[in-house]
Amino acid sequence: MSLALVVMLPFMGAVIAPQFAQAGRTAIAIASSVPSLVALMTLFPYWERLAGGNAVIQHVEWLPQIGLSLSFRLDGLALLFALLILVIGILIILYARYYLKKHENVGKFYSLLLLFQGAMLGIVLSNNLLLMLVFWELTSVVSFLLISFWNHKQDARRGARMALAITGGGGLALMAGVLLIGQIVGSYELEVVLAAGDQIRAHALYPITLALILVGAFTKSAQFPFHFWLPHAMQAPTPVSAYLHSATMVKAGIFLMARLYPALAGTEQWFYMVSFTGMITLLIGAYVAMFKHDLKGLLAHSTVSHLGLITLLFGMGTKLAAVAAVFHVVNHATFKASLFMAAGIIDHETGTRDMRRINGLWRYMPHTATLAMVAAASMAGVPLLNGFISKEMFFAEALELNLPGIWAYLPPLVATLAGIFAVAYSARFIHDVFFNGQPKNLPVFPPHEPPRYMKIPVEILVFACLAVGMFPAFSVGPLLFIAASATLGGEVPDYTLAVAHGFNLPLLMSFAAFSGGLVMYSQRQRFFDFHERFKEIDEKAVFESVVTWVGNLSERVTNKLENGSLQRYALLLFLTAFTVTLWPLTELGFSIGSNELSPVDYPSALGALVLIGAAIGTVVMHRQRLTSLILLSVVGLLVAVAFATFSAPDLALTQLSVEVVTIILLVLSLFYLPAQTPVETTAFTRWRDVGIALAAGIGMTLVTLALLTRPFSSISEFFLENSKPGGGGTNVVNVILVDFRGFDTLGEITVLAIAALGIYSMMKYTKLQAPATDRLGNPWSKDPHPTMLMQISRPLLPLALMVSVFIFLRGHNLPGGGFIAGLITAVALISQYIASGVDWSEQRVKTPYQIVVALGVAIATLTGVGSYAFGYPFLTSWFTYASLPVIGKFELATAMIFDLGVYLTVVGATLLALTSLGKLSDPSTKVSASHNEGGV
Amino acid sequence: METLMAYVIGILFAASIYMMLRRSIVKLVIGLIILSNAANLLIFVVSGLTRGSPPLIPDGAGEVTGVVADPLPQALILTAIVIAFSVLAFAVVLIRRAYEVVGTDDLDEMKDTDT
Repeated sequence: MSLALVVMLPFMGAVIAPQFAQAGRTAIAIASSVPSLVALMTLFPYWERLAGGNAVIQHVEWLPQIGLSLSFRLDGLALLFALLILVIGILIILYARYYLKKHENVGKFYSLLLLFQGAMLGIVLSNNLLLMLVFWELTSVVSFLLISFWNHKQDARRGARMALAITGGGGLALMAGVLLIGQIVGSYELEVVLAAGDQIRAHALYPITLALILVGAFTKSAQFPFHFWLPHAMQAPTPVSAYLHSATMVKAGIFLMARLYPALAGTEQWFYMVSFTGMITLLIGAYVAMFKHDLKGLLAHSTVSHLGLITLLFGMGTKLAAVAAVFHVVNHATFKASLFMAAGIIDHETGTRDMRRINGLWRYMPHTATLAMVAAASMAGVPLLNGFISKEMFFAEALELNLPGIWAYLPPLVATLAGIFAVAYSARFIHDVFFNGQPKNLPVFPPHEPPRYMKIPVEILVFACLAVGMFPAFSVGPLLFIAASATLGGEVPDYTLAVAHGFNLPLLMSFAAFSGGLVMYSQRQRFFDFHERFKEIDEKAVFESVVTWVGNLSERVTNKLENGSLQRYALLLFLTAFTVTLWPLTELGFSIGSNELSPVDYPSALGALVLIGAAIGTVVMHRQRLTSLILLSVVGLLVAVAFATFSAPDLALTQLSVEVVTIILLVLSLFYLPAQTPVETTAFTRWRDVGIALAAGIGMTLVTLALLTRPFSSISEFFLENSKPGGGGTNVVNVILVDFRGFDTLGEITVLAIAALGIYSMMKYTKLQAPATDRLGNPWSKDPHPTMLMQISRPLLPLALMVSVFIFLRGHNLPGGGFIAGLITAVALISQYIASGVDWSEQRVKTPYQIVVALGVAIATLTGVGSYAFGYPFLTSWFTYASLPVIGKFELATAMIFDLGVYLTVVGATLLALTSLGKLSDPSTKVSASHNEGGV
Repeated sequence: METLMAYVIGILFAASIYMMLRRSIVKLVIGLIILSNAANLLIFVVSGLTRGSPPLIPDGAGEVTGVVADPLPQALILTAIVIAFSVLAFAVVLIRRAYEVVGTDDLDEMKDTDT
């Protein structure tokens, strides 16, 4: 897994290097270069295998379900890019040592730089497209952080945001494209994808796949119309501009095109999309570069232009053009990185980057000037420098491009025109900065040569420009050959790398570009005047206004929908539910099914009518809360009656006892709320709500009818058959609760416990001011604990407790069980609180109810866990029959212990909730309510 | 009887929805109570209306004989009743706490968390 190690090294470095920040810039620079050096050494032994035309693939499964694997691939193309990343990385680390000032956060800088290096290596070495996407996004994020490194500058923050928005958005498109490729090919592994080129190109989804992937590549590589982020990214420290925004990251899009060249290229769509995008970018970048007074702005637009050139070469679709493209990647990286570094030095030494002020630097820094002039000459395409060779290849390919009719002249014309601009802006870089009179009020004067070691990276890169320019076949030939062979997927066309190919048309074009460019530069003032006439579009202002507009729009939409009104949400929810369900329900048919209807008897009809009346009454009387509550309890009681009528005794008992507790709870809590509420809403709102409620009600009636009159099959057979043999109980409902679905019940009592504890903690420190009188102005009763109530309730307690024990014990076989018994116990105890007061009761009940709740949940859980001890899954129940004298044969079941837990939880939770509320109104716990209490 | 139950359920739903659209939080709670009753009834009746034969296995027999009420919805509803109660209790206490802090039970005035 040495390839994975190469990728991981910089990430490890990103963590370790900042530890050296305290020891000074030199220490951290040395520490940061270690990963690159080790990675280079790791890659070195592979050279022989790669030279033989083989690719190294190392594969570890990660998430095979989604096709994501940790697989890495090293072939010529990957090696070429990896070398660029690592070698220029080391040079940048050295350069940044002198570029950054002592007080700056060097730890953060180097950490981010290494993070970027790792992500970039991940892109070029990934053999899995999904894995590559991860690294791709990571470079966008790190680029964002590096552009905004000087985050006190607003421009830097905005430039960073723009870069992230554009490249991140492109990353999204790329992800969609990659997923489509995965759909088409059935794998994300590169060797499969590259071999399936014909399949992809023939697929119906090919155009959209191609477009999505190209959007990803174009955004990253700053192609028109996404090119504008790159110049604004120049707010970054110069080492970042040199590394990310000229040599490596912006080449990621180019790399992607090269990587997927065998899979995607070779169609008309590819040709038109890629070559025309490249052509436009080439021209626009070159044109704008000419008019930038900012040194880095010039270089940034020149970078855009050169990226366009490479894209155009890939778009041409011929194999030679692809070779030229790969070659130009290397050449551009070397001369542009050195130019950026030189620009950084100039900025560093003069304090400005404005070319209208920095002139005549030759006198002050001849060494730097020489280096920068060689690099700029390479950018212009001067013979004997590397830029010349790839540019000649580009010219030759532009001539080869056989477009129909008059269009055939377009590529050579564009190429020559761009060449003219390139020569002109390069000439400006040389002449304006190093000659052309004297510097004009520089912030730092006089400028002088930078520290010796700061120039070394520039020297190395300029040396590379010269070496490649003079001995191309010797210096870069083998590497270029394997990279081209990996890009093209095998066969490499015949080409010769030579300084000159004799007198031919491309050379003539170069000559034209030179003379044209020099003429243009000499007449630059006219061009500047001409350019002045057009209003320049400030991309940043446009971008910011778009961002603001989108932000405002989303805020408006959000405010419309989410205005904080709960009724509005409920309304939207009901309307949505209504509309969404209406259509499928109409499809199903609301009609009454075939089942025979059961007869209506008078008691049931009466009950139903009272229930309807009570429900309507609750709504109509809702402004008088007490009346409304009484009617509400009628609804609850009649529902209990309905349960009893239709063979559900357990439900009836539960509903009955819950109803009692609920009403006590409501009365206790409403005591402090206004008893009467005024009409708050308009008549229109009320009638609208009535309409919605009626529509929903009618809908539910129809649904219920449709359900009730159709045959259905139940899964309850299983429970009915297994209740006795499997669960040992004859009350099937109770056996379901404590045995078959015991886990549900455990969850339920946990909810109950949490709710009760929540209530307890909420109420613990609450102090409420109770109203002095009721709503009619009458004083409260002076007798809080009527003697009669007290005398009757006390003897009732043991009786009620006995009943609850009885209900509990028989629960497994007859209606009853922990829930119901718990509720009965709770009601019995609460009646003591009501009759005799909180103090009286608390003196007699010593255990805090929180403990009871916790105990209940613990018992139930432990019963479940207990079955592990016998090697059974959680909550497996066990039962047996035992017999005792007098009592006779009876059943013992673990389900009973579980039910005991349920019982305790219900008792504890109910009492905890009610006493927490009740205590507030007790005089002993609250001074302010001393004149009244027990609002019940 | 089925038709009558359908009417009852429809009216309970209508009543609860109307109450839940009111501005007072107490009415919202009343609406919730009716809603849980309505939902419980709905789940209960869809398995059919069976009179006088609860899902109990007679003494001595291994399993039930004849038609009995469906035990599964009953078990579900039993759980639902208790859960509804605990949620209700929590909501009610929350209201009281909110009333203490905000001094109103009008939902439209409770929008802001700043007091």
